[in-house]
Amino acid sequence: MASTILEMRDITKTFPGVKALSNVNLSVEEGEIHAIVGENGAGKSTLMKVLSGVYPSGTYDGQIIFRGQECNFKGIHDSEHIGIVIIHQELALVPMLSITENIFLGNEHASYGVIDWDANEARTAALLKKVGLNEDPKTLITNIGVGKQQLVEIAKALSKEVKLLILDEPTASLSEKDSQALLDLLLEFKRQGMTSILISHKLNEVNRVADKVTVIRDGRTIETLPRKDISEDRIITSMVGRSLDDRYPPREPQIGEVIFEVKDWSVYHPIHAERQVIKNVNLNVRKGEVVGIAGLMGAGRTEFAMSLFGRSYGRHITGEVSLHGKPLDLSSVSKAVENRIAYVTEDRKTYGLNLIDHIKHNVTLANLSGVSSRGVIDDMREMSVANDYRKKTNIRASSVYQLTGNLSGGNQQKVVLSKWLFADPEVLILDEPTRGIDVGAKYEIYTIIARLAAEGKAIIVISSEMPELLGITDRIYVMNEGRIVGEMAASDASQEKIMRAIVRGEGKKAS
Amino acid sequence: MSTESAPAPQSGTAEDVKQGPRIAVSALTTNLREYGLIIALIVIMLFFQYTTSGTLFKPVNLSNLVQQNSFIIVMALGMLLVIVAGYIDLSVGSVAGFIGALAAMMMVIWPLGIFSNPLVVSIVCLIVGALIGAAQGYWIAYHKIPSFIVTLAGMLIFRGICQALLGGGSSVGPLPDSFKALSSGFIPDVIGPLTLIPPTVNAAGKTIVGSGLTLHMTTIVLGLIAVLAYAYFGFRTRRKRERHGYEAEPFPLFVIKTLVGSALALFLVFQFASYRGLPVVLLVMGVLISLFVFVTKRMTIGRRIYAMGGNAKAAQLSGINTERLTLLVFINMGVLSALGGLIIAARLGQAVPAAGLGSELDVIAAVFIGGASAMGGVGQVIGAVVGGFIMGVMNNGMSIMGVNVDWQQVVKGLVLLGAVIFDVYNKNKA
Repeated sequence: MASTILEMRDITKTFPGVKALSNVNLSVEEGEIHAIVGENGAGKSTLMKVLSGVYPSGTYDGQIIFRGQECNFKGIHDSEHIGIVIIHQELALVPMLSITENIFLGNEHASYGVIDWDANEARTAALLKKVGLNEDPKTLITNIGVGKQQLVEIAKALSKEVKLLILDEPTASLSEKDSQALLDLLLEFKRQGMTSILISHKLNEVNRVADKVTVIRDGRTIETLPRKDISEDRIITSMVGRSLDDRYPPREPQIGEVIFEVKDWSVYHPIHAERQVIKNVNLNVRKGEVVGIAGLMGAGRTEFAMSLFGRSYGRHITGEVSLHGKPLDLSSVSKAVENRIAYVTEDRKTYGLNLIDHIKHNVTLANLSGVSSRGVIDDMREMSVANDYRKKTNIRASSVYQLTGNLSGGNQQKVVLSKWLFADPEVLILDEPTRGIDVGAKYEIYTIIARLAAEGKAIIVISSEMPELLGITDRIYVMNEGRIVGEMAASDASQEKIMRAIVRGEGKKAS
Repeated sequence: MSTESAPAPQSGTAEDVKQGPRIAVSALTTNLREYGLIIALIVIMLFFQYTTSGTLFKPVNLSNLVQQNSFIIVMALGMLLVIVAGYIDLSVGSVAGFIGALAAMMMVIWPLGIFSNPLVVSIVCLIVGALIGAAQGYWIAYHKIPSFIVTLAGMLIFRGICQALLGGGSSVGPLPDSFKALSSGFIPDVIGPLTLIPPTVNAAGKTIVGSGLTLHMTTIVLGLIAVLAYAYFGFRTRRKRERHGYEAEPFPLFVIKTLVGSALALFLVFQFASYRGLPVVLLVMGVLISLFVFVTKRMTIGRRIYAMGGNAKAAQLSGINTERLTLLVFINMGVLSALGGLIIAARLGQAVPAAGLGSELDVIAAVFIGGASAMGGVGQVIGAVVGGFIMGVMNNGMSIMGVNVDWQQVVKGLVLLGAVIFDVYNKNKA
């Protein structure tokens, strides 16, 4: 067990003007689960790109030794050939092809270019069994959920005779249940002798499965912790270089009267017209209050928020919304914005940002009238607004002319937040505001939320991370299957209580 | 060097100190493509100036060049917005042909009385163009039919109507002179000509055409006003930025840019003035180009089009009515296609069934040479205009050189491919 399978020595990689990695060392033993943690932009992904040959040999300094041999990869093909397979955060599956077609894409069992589908499908079925996925190999990828797609990616890796499996944020978009299943699978692979590298922001997961943790900060290896020293606090201290005594900023809620209220909100599915997605939801938020909506993935929380925000989701929407006791017309996004409702999406890349444009233009997009008169934009005003929000939300960028596509996840999220803050909302709906961002940026986002609440805004936070909800909200609604199944003050809520509400809700439906 | 006025956050202090020079560098690199394109145009012009032994820059040829290519550039302005918005329009050549036929029928064949007046006809034609744009845009915006398909259908439909209207293969003309002035006219010299060198008089007492130097003073005055305005507004914007504490670009770079731009403009103005003055169509084009630069750079509607092309879903969730915006982009395209059609008819002096045939491809090529992205969200008006001129100068130069039309197409194709490869390569390097 003690033999070293991979050793990366003194890896240094520079981009024009930036040293992304400097003298990074990583040593992975055969048969272990080795976690790599670090803030966004610390250099984890760069290191993995060096390892997998995305940055070919010669573009970096240092040595890679895999199973006793020095490797000089020219591309991904070389590294895959000797058994290093990386599964990226953004899945690389073709949605309109079947599971079999995806697993053997570019690697089909064929003779003279003619594919033997029976052989491929039989092998797929065997691989799916290995990863515990009970689906027909003919199923199209688009018809299965993200959790299952992740498993297909792993099956695809297995099909390549993988010796070292690298998972980059594998649970970032998975529900609690799917994440657990995935981690169990990793442990199962470990029992069978496979080595894996796990890159994750979720320290509880690292805590659960990792044999060793290597912490990377600012392109340098800080330390490698053995199993017995792994604890969340220890890792956080090492990651941020300072101790985060409290992961949530302190705040003293000043809660006023109810300002935002939703009554009997019902929504039907946009395609399957008979399916009711949101069922008679009632909810209210007070001035200066942070209200959480807890629930599992697929509980209907995002659908609820988007149907509220300019009817951006669903059909046959019924119910009433009021602000300060007056009924609100939210029939289009622009009306919602005019009525000072804002929705910060859970998927900032697809729904939040124009990635090919810079920070300045993204920040003002939801409130162009705030920087223009008679349709003519005042460049100076826009510039000072953008700089102002860059400072307020601490966006780390060389200038407001940096493209948002080149920012790290945390900074992108701050740009989306800035956009909605500049629209000056009274009610702010934040959907998974800290998904896929590092501990330091999370703290900054929490601080912004606390500040907004102190300014007297009404805030709704949708989150799948229960500790986060418990840490930053005043009151929590629990949603399941499109229904509110529980409501509790954050002070006497707990993860168990929330889970119990969800399970009870499911029980109710069954009876 | 940093002139940031507001206090910087603690963590970003080190970054902000370096911000001044960094902005200067980024101003240069972000504009590199625009400068590069203009430099490419100048190099191409000098090349043809050399290979055509000086014919290219002759005043009469410059006038021809503008008159031959103006309709491409006018339509490229609309096409830029269409492509930036994330769509394509294949119907513009056919719409231009149809509008030309409609205009000719109204002015020459149909008994419309005072409604056959060229001005009335032109206005009616522009309105018809808007309706065509609206009809196509409606399906694209509100029913999400791919623009490629809708406008491919439009291309067939309007070419067919154009030919049917003209009754098969025949052409309709001649068109009234006052209408033809749109393309082949020159602005009147309200100030009066200035003779610098009197023309040579031959033995028979007649002046030799082309000898001497008489300047069209109205053109000179308009040119001077334009150049002064360009320098003044450039300087004012710069001052304003500095007053607000933002570094624009290094002062020497600004001076060089302004001087080179002004010198080029004055040279062209002088060439036009020594012939018959500014072509009317150049004036129309200049006004439209300024308008579209302003709309895309300074107006909220322009900003919204870029945002929609960059990420339509994000734009929609930011409160932008993407459907209406799409419709407007196609209405605009329809109006400019109609104007293009009028310009073609005015230049030919008649409506022919093949008018504008294939020009949609030249228009699209101009926009892509100008640096627009086929994915939407990226592209500049000036880029499209320069792209149009690059195509035009190549057409013109190669024709003078006597290059076969077939080979002209090959060269144009290579230039289009080269420009886009250059773009993609640059983007990957960045």
